[in-house]
Order: sequence, then structure tokens, then C-alpha cells
Amino acid sequence: MTTTEVGRSLPRLEARQKVTGHGNYTHNIKLPGMVHAKVFRSTVPHGRILSIDTSDAIALPGVTAVITGQDILKIIPEPYYGPAFHDQPILALDKVRYVGEPVAVVLAEDPRVAAEAAELIFADYEELPAVYDETEAMTSKAIVHDELKPAGTFPDLKHLIGRKDTNIALDFHLKRGDADAAFASAEHVYEHSFQTQQTMHTPFEPLISLAEPGDGRVTIYSASQSPSFARSEVARLLGWPENRVQVKVGHLGGGFGAKLYIKLEALVAALALLVRRPVRLSLSMEEQFYTITKHASTFHIKSAVDKDGRITARKCEVIWNGGAYADIGPRVTQKSGFTATGPYDIESADIDSYALYTNRPPAGALRGFGIPQLVWAYESHTDLIARDLGIDPVEFRRRNILRDGRPHVTGTIMKDAAIDAVLETLAKRMDWDAPFDHGSGTLKRGRGIAIGFKACVSPTTSVASVSVSADGSATLYLSTVDMGQGSDTAMSQIVAEVLAIRTEDVRVINPDTDITPYDMATLGSRSTFHMGNAVRKAAEHAREQLLEMAEKVGLPKKNTLNVPEIFRHAYGMQAGTVIGVGTYIPTYASPDKDGLSDNVTPFWMIGGTGVEVEVDTETGQIKLLKMVNAADMGNPLNPRIVETQLSGAAIMQLGFTVSEEMILDGGQVTNASLADYKIPGIRDIPPHIENHIVEAYTHDGPFGAKGVGESATFGVSPAVAEAIHDACGVRLTKLPMTAEVLYKALHGEQE
Amino acid sequence: MTKRSITFYLNGRPVEAYVSPKDTLVDLLRNLDHFGARESCGQGLCGCCTVLVNGTSVSGCLELAELIEGKNLDTIEGLDAGGELSVVQQAFIDAGAFQCGFCTSGFILMVEQLLDENDSPTPDEARDYLSGNLCRCAAYPEILDAVQLAADKRKSLQKEPA
Repeated sequence: MTTTEVGRSLPRLEARQKVTGHGNYTHNIKLPGMVHAKVFRSTVPHGRILSIDTSDAIALPGVTAVITGQDILKIIPEPYYGPAFHDQPILALDKVRYVGEPVAVVLAEDPRVAAEAAELIFADYEELPAVYDETEAMTSKAIVHDELKPAGTFPDLKHLIGRKDTNIALDFHLKRGDADAAFASAEHVYEHSFQTQQTMHTPFEPLISLAEPGDGRVTIYSASQSPSFARSEVARLLGWPENRVQVKVGHLGGGFGAKLYIKLEALVAALALLVRRPVRLSLSMEEQFYTITKHASTFHIKSAVDKDGRITARKCEVIWNGGAYADIGPRVTQKSGFTATGPYDIESADIDSYALYTNRPPAGALRGFGIPQLVWAYESHTDLIARDLGIDPVEFRRRNILRDGRPHVTGTIMKDAAIDAVLETLAKRMDWDAPFDHGSGTLKRGRGIAIGFKACVSPTTSVASVSVSADGSATLYLSTVDMGQGSDTAMSQIVAEVLAIRTEDVRVINPDTDITPYDMATLGSRSTFHMGNAVRKAAEHAREQLLEMAEKVGLPKKNTLNVPEIFRHAYGMQAGTVIGVGTYIPTYASPDKDGLSDNVTPFWMIGGTGVEVEVDTETGQIKLLKMVNAADMGNPLNPRIVETQLSGAAIMQLGFTVSEEMILDGGQVTNASLADYKIPGIRDIPPHIENHIVEAYTHDGPFGAKGVGESATFGVSPAVAEAIHDACGVRLTKLPMTAEVLYKALHGEQE
Repeated sequence: MTKRSITFYLNGRPVEAYVSPKDTLVDLLRNLDHFGARESCGQGLCGCCTVLVNGTSVSGCLELAELIEGKNLDTIEGLDAGGELSVVQQAFIDAGAFQCGFCTSGFILMVEQLLDENDSPTPDEARDYLSGNLCRCAAYPEILDAVQLAADKRKSLQKEPA
């Protein structure tokens, strides 16, 4: 199909705002009469609250109020929230479960007074045994939650209600074929374990929410990736109808999964309603480390391989460290868990995936929804098998790759999944078959390629509306949040394409739940596909009405719409509005008791990375010389923006691969600042980066497009591990792979 | 806390403002509805709060507001005076050198300063110069492209007769 607006690499629509310092961030908002909130946090990892002494804090001049969990109960009798489990109190009640958990809040007109007063609060705890490690948590006597509290709305979680004496929030199992028999008769059996560390999103606009109380209503301004969910969750907590809670979101200064579901929204709403004044709560970078993180994980993987180098069976046990509150962890466990066998054609499989509670800061979704942890393990495992068999790692992948038309281990037949094309693109761009210089002396060089895939969380709904004005300009109303990924621009391109206008003539109304329709959330690379389809339908709905109007007033039927002309003929002047509405929800089949489903995802994301590294064997320093990223994103709506998504995602994952790690001591994060938690800087990026969009088309996607925000994270970590192995013969099985870790591995020192 | 009145030049215009002893330049600018310099890490490590004091870049989240008395404070909001984007701002758009945009003000001010000092920076020199600014969206490759674009454009403008 020939398109003019879709496929155009135009700059982001809000580009001018962003280069002039006028970006529309929640951070800018000031409300009349507003007070600032500062959170007082737990200093113990697990304990019963014996007392909270707020007397010195409230006595400090300038303090408006000090609020504890007991005060919250006055307006929210059941103050527990969460997207899968209702386990997280707005402020701690009875118990604290991690160091940094919110226990009380000070409100003051001057944020510095609020911060000073928070230092004057004293809480006394009866300390309880704590557990931090996910494997220990499986059998630990330290129980983080006395009773599991899954949200009753999910049928697949109902069996967990009331479960006691366990830290396992959710266990997911998939069983296909007879893996045991395959292992018994296998030519080769390989078994490895891999671990990942706890990391943090560090969005540069720290989490921020404001709430303004109204007459029987509340308005929340929030840097949120999920305004629709925030509205319904706050309404549920307050016991109000949804239409009395308004959530407004501007542009986000980064999200990466940190700003999903609710984080500060219920707290600020409760505070504002308690003190009858607008409340602003803006976290510091440090406080973000106590709010939401990425799961640490342990993955035991075992494969049966036949004499021809084909994987016949695979067993996967994945243990996810969810921290003190479930957040979306159970969904990561399940919705990502079922891809743990990798993008390979495997007859028999057993997957066991466990979401664990521990006394660490909670873990949720971070760019990949668990997939980078899984790819890290299964691709490292794949390389180790190929090495042992003496087969080239790319060739070994070719022999086992999952192709369109073949069943994934869930039973879903693969479709529009260019896994082989991603692998071949990487092999070609890495010049894989050419001789490779492995360096000399203490400077050794190596290379690696890894690929991964992801299903999209399903089934989820998006709704959009398009309003066409009589001058031919259009306004798009949607609750998708543009946090830098360029969704406002891409969605406008869809509207423009359908209505035959210029993208620049489409204006996007940022999320405002009083005005913009429902969207499940901006997460998991779902927007382009789901909201893209809803926007396309909405624009088509408007277009149908315009064509009907044209016919009624006797305008000639033409392929190109002349919108102003149609309105002028219909209403005699520049007047009138046409509103198109579109809703999209994909088809889906819930997994059966064995975890199998013939329709488990609306589309597959495919991504891979190839790297060349140089290792200094004397010091353990690892230098990336080259990085090649490739992804199947269907037909890209805006190729330039998606290329930057690829390199941005890969560089972020590079941080999680070689430097980033939250270090905990007795449950206390000891490096909760950018000084000690090292994210990639401009000097850390490889001198040579290539990003390739693999030619593909998604038949159910809007104009053939699919999501892409996470795809380039998949392959980075295992590709680097293989390249290090190729360079110096050392296999690292735990992230991050720092110079220190490699030095110790090279020089025989145990950690 | 007692506030006191100070006067200084904000993007070339004289301004009087009341500041508390602990106010930073970012606080001061927020009070004046200038939101382009932003506090993120709060430690002078990320560069989101970059502003120019008497023509030199500083971390606005660490600099005390009182010390701006009598000085020139230049911010991102002053670059497109007259409604026309600077060469560097335009280059950031053309190169796609940002995603979320939260760090962009700081990067643009640093690139302006870099090109004032060195009209033809090599990629390595640009990396060194910009290493005090961080971008979590990791638009680094595109930022380096923008430096090159802006340097070329500035030189071609200088060659043109006035």
C-alpha cells in the first residue's frame, strides 16, 4: 500500500517545545494554595510498627499537617492497591516490609520545611526476620505477607486468595509434550543457571503527582504511564464513581515502566482530601530507588539436544525477585514466563515461573517486562551449547529457530514474526562469516550475537476519538502517554494518512480522563499496535461520515477528501464538527491448565543485537567496539523515531549489562544516587552503532506496524557475555559484567 | 526563612526577585515560571539543570540563588529570542537528538558553549565536552550528530556575507 504520512520520518510534533525549554511536564505545575509533601520512610527491612511519634514534626513552624497510615483510613478504609494484588498500603499500616517504605508524610508550604520536619519523625519497630534473595524466599521462614491478597477481579488469581505462609505470590506452569522422555533419550543434556541483578529505571523526571480537591471530586496531575488505570484505582480506593476522579498527564520525562499503575496518585489524592488543599509530591532521584525497580532473577535452564544439534526439550525454572509488593510482578512471571524457552522450535517443554515476595524495594515492569532477564539466560545457554557441540552459534540458532507457521511451546502458531530475518540481518551486518581478529597480547577481542522475542500482554483495550474541524484540521483524543517514544507523532501520522491531511495538521490532546477515552496503559510496546488500531478506526469512522456528507451535498466522489469543501457545502460556511470513535481489543485465548493457548499474543516483538568487544585481560576492562541492533517492527510508522528507539533501548540495556546494579546492605540500598549507580553516559556508548529495521509487515497492525520500544533490549546482555567469552575464554553468568567481576574471573579470585 | 530581594539579568533583562538563603537557581527560575532548567539527580551529575552564569555553564540545582545578585543568568528560554530557534536548537530537531526531552535544555546549552569555544569539534572532543550531561533515553548518537550538524551550519552562516 502506498502511504504518504505513514512511513514519513518527520520530527516529533512537540520538538519545538522540547528544544526551547517549554516541554509540557507535570513537574511544571503549580497550583494555588498548594502544599508540598515529604515522605518519612522505614529504616528497617521488615518490622511491626510499634509507634510513630510525629509531635516534633508537627510542632515545626510552617508545617501544615503530618499524616500517617491511620489518618488515611479515615477516608480510605481499605487502603491497599496494586494492579494484580491489593497488597500495598498507601502508607504503612501495622508492618513495614522494606527499607524506604512510606510510613508518614509531612505537608508544608515550603518543601524544605516539609523535608526538615520529616527528619523529626520517630518510628519504633519490632524487627522481624527478613529475606532478600529470591531463591531463599521460596523456603524462608521469614514471610513477607501474612496472607496473599490478589485483586478479586482476575479469575486466574482467585485460587490464591487467602493463601498463607508463603512468599510465592504466583506460580505459573507450562507443560508441553513429554520433556522427561526427551531428556531420557537425549544425545546431549545441558544445564546452566543465570542470574540478573536488581536495577532501577532512573527516569530523569522523577516520579511526581499533584492532587487538587474539588467538590465531591479530585483532580490528579501525574507523570503517569497509565492515566485510565490511575483513575479507576483511585476511584476504587475512595469508593467513588470513576467520573469523580480526573487524571491529567502531560509529556513524561521518561518512564520505562516506572510510572505505571499507581505510584504516588492515591497518596496525593488522600492527602489533598484530608487537608482540603492541593498537594504536590515530587520524589528525589534517591527516593525513586525505594519506589519501583526491575526484578532480580534466577533462571535454571536445561536442554536436551539430539545428534544433529536440534533442541528436543527444554526445562525452565525462573524465580523472580518481586520485592515487598507485587506491583505487576505476577504478570511478568506469567506473561513473560511462557516465552522462557526462547524463539526456538522445541517439541517438549516444562516451564515453572515463580513471583517471590522479599524484603527489597518492589519490582515491576522495566522496558521488556521480564524478557531481558529471560533472553540473558536462554541465549547464554544457547551459546554454551553451541560451543560444546562445536557448532557456529549462528548456525546452531538457524537449526533451531522458530519459523512462521510452526507452533510456539504454548501451541500458538507463529505469524508475522521475522525471527530468522532478524538473525540473518545481524549475521550479515556483523560480517559473521568473515575471519575475525581476536587481538593479541593483553587486548583480546570477541564477538557475539543474541536474539529474543516477546509476546504482547493481552487482551487489552484502547479507545480513541478524532474530531475533525471544518477547516480540515483534526484533533486526536487519546490516553496514550508520550514519554519520549514518539506516540503522539506516530498516532497523528495514522490520522493524517486516513483523512488525507498533513500530520502537522493533527493536534494531540494529552491524557485527561475527563476528556480522553480509556486506554489500558502505555506499556509493553502495546500502544502502536493497540492504540494505533483504535486511532485508525476512529479516523476511518470520521472519514466515513465525511464521505456520507460529501455524497449528500452532491460533491463528486474522489479518492482524496477535501475536508473544508465538504463542510462548506454541508453547512454553508466554516462550521460543524465530525467525531470519529474507535475501539480496539485483539482476540485472545486464555492459557489452559497446562499453560497452553492457540492465541496467546496479538503480535510478537523480535529483536537482536550483535557486539564486538575488546577485553583488557590485565584489568578486566570491557570496551564495546561495535553494536548492531536489528528488530522486526512490522512496517514502521516513523522510521527515524523507531531507529532512535532501537539505539536508546540497546544502550539502556547496555547499562544493565555492564554497570548498573542496586547494592543492598541489610535491605538498605547503599548506592541510591547517580553518583554510585552508574548509568551509561556519552563516553560509554560504542563508537560504532547500527540499527536495522528488518523488512516485515504485521497483518493485524495499523498499516502493518507493531510495537518496538523494548525490542532492542533483548539481545544485548547475552551478546556481550558471548563476546567476552569469545575474547578471553571466561563465561560470566551473572549481571552486571563489570571490569571488577571479569578481573576476578580472569585472575581466579572468588567474589 | 527570611527572604531578601536580589537583582540580576535573566536572559539579558533586569529582574528583581525574592530569594531564601537555601534557594537554588532552579528554585529561583521555577518561581519566575522558567521550567527549562530542571532538577533531576540533585547532585550536579546529570546536567538537566544546566544554566549559564556570566556565560559559563553551572549546575543550577547546586548553585545558590543569592549568589546570582548582579550577574547574568542565561537559560534555554533565552535562546530563541525573537521566535527563531538557534542553530543548535534546530540541529537537535533535525538530528532527532532527544526523546523525552527532560535533559535537552542542558545538552543544548552545553553544545552552544562547546561551539563557541571550538567551531569544529571532533566526535571525541564533543564526547569529552558533553560527558557531564546524561540522557536516560540514550539519544547520545543523535546528540553527536546534532553537534556536527550545528557546527557545519554555523560555519556556513559565518561564510555568508552579512
